[in-house]
Amino acid sequence: MLGPILKGMATTFKYLFQGPVTIKYPDVERPVRNRFKGRHHLHRYDNGLEKCIGCALCAAACPADAIFVEAAENTDEERYSPGERYASTYEINMLRCIYCGYCEDACPTEAIVLGKNYELSLYDRESAIYTKEMLILPVPIGGTDVPQQVSPGSFDRSIPDMENPK
Amino acid sequence: MTAGEIALTALIVGFIVTLVAITGFAYTTLYERKLLARFQHRVGPNRAGYIPIPRRGKKEYRLLAGFLQPAADAVKLFFKEDTTPAMVDKPVYNLAPMLAAISAIMMFAVIPFAPEITILGHTFFPYFAVAPGLNVALLFILAITSIGVYSVVLGGWASNSKYAVMGGIRATAQMISYELAMGLAVIPVIMLADSMNLGVITESQQGMWFVFLQPLAAFIFFIGILAELERAPFDLLEAEQELSSGFNVEYGGMRFGMFYMTQYMKMIAFSAIFAVLFLGGYRGPFIDQAPALGFIYIAGKTILLMGVMIWIRATLPRFRYDQLMGLGWKRLLPIGLANVIITAFFIILVEENILSLDKILGIVGL
Repeated sequence: MLGPILKGMATTFKYLFQGPVTIKYPDVERPVRNRFKGRHHLHRYDNGLEKCIGCALCAAACPADAIFVEAAENTDEERYSPGERYASTYEINMLRCIYCGYCEDACPTEAIVLGKNYELSLYDRESAIYTKEMLILPVPIGGTDVPQQVSPGSFDRSIPDMENPK
Repeated sequence: MTAGEIALTALIVGFIVTLVAITGFAYTTLYERKLLARFQHRVGPNRAGYIPIPRRGKKEYRLLAGFLQPAADAVKLFFKEDTTPAMVDKPVYNLAPMLAAISAIMMFAVIPFAPEITILGHTFFPYFAVAPGLNVALLFILAITSIGVYSVVLGGWASNSKYAVMGGIRATAQMISYELAMGLAVIPVIMLADSMNLGVITESQQGMWFVFLQPLAAFIFFIGILAELERAPFDLLEAEQELSSGFNVEYGGMRFGMFYMTQYMKMIAFSAIFAVLFLGGYRGPFIDQAPALGFIYIAGKTILLMGVMIWIRATLPRFRYDQLMGLGWKRLLPIGLANVIITAFFIILVEENILSLDKILGIVGL
């Protein structure tokens, strides 16, 4: 009866010298996987126009009813996106969102994409509603900020010619 | 030395020993958590307090990570709401944790920390302890342990809850059964040293530590310690599944902290007593030239023994209650008795010069 006890104690003693396997978050962060679904971002084209055309397909696809979209007309003097409409109000309730990625799958212009950030703590419920200003990415280098003033007729397709995936 | 001088010395040394015991208890909790974590491939608490050491090229190194964790736990326990259930027996309910803590601290009164030593012009004779020269020290320790058992059953009874009473009764039964085994394991030591005075026992281990002369008694005493403290693998009464039937279920905040403190202080006290009885106490190399080394030796042995207790907790699963009681009464008690009889036999043989070490070696054939 004493033999197995001593064998067990030898095993535990060996573990003492094998070092811990703990990852000491937040000093050390584990990199997330490729298709990790974290915080949402609204993307832009290279010339600065927003990709989101305000079609609200993401709001329709969302199983948790977390997205709220209000669309408005684009004019050539004040153009936000290369299409007829743009999203004037775009809000996601981060507490309702289940980070499933259906909005990303439903979007026709690849505007909304789930990124890699998972540190989304809050102190009150009101700050859980992320507005369009919080979600939209900054203007890329070489582009101009919206609203842009363009020549009439230059943007007549909302969904640009997409290349085949390489 | 006048009586007043003796009393004043005892008071001051007792105060210092109490402070050391309470600090020791706080850091024993941290030692246990970190050591248990290392045995389980993880890091213990490491965020509560640290000394940052900047290093070039790498992240800063955190020295003594987590050394303020006991302080954080104490603050938390003080701020917890102290709810007292409705129809408890108020005097007994308040008395139980106090009795537990008092009996745990009183055990430090007779432990010898160093041999005859002179500090600040005052000579501690014959050894440094709160109450040196108590000729029935070992009996005192066993008696204080039995008083500690009262606190368990009183705490369970006064909680006015069926589960607490049952838990208290079961814990009490476990503790008194293993006290019996502990008492029997201590008798060979008393026979070998001819006295119950802990200083005399330590001095008589000059030739060889008693753990080599009485390995079985040491083993039984160690198992008795684990069961007395309700530590793993005998911790049925404080396990999570059983905690609803534990005797301290109705105690919150600092009252629970008192029971917790009792368990760890008894752990330190019993480790020190085991070191005194079997491992030579404050004895070690160069003890005659530098008596102050005695503190370090007994502290080192105590810490080592606590490490072994934590090691056992990390390794072994729990006993069932009937297995536990069966072990105490049906196995340890007869083995302890047999050990006493055999030891007495050999002591008489050695004393009558019928047998001695040369003759044993001669018989064995070396």
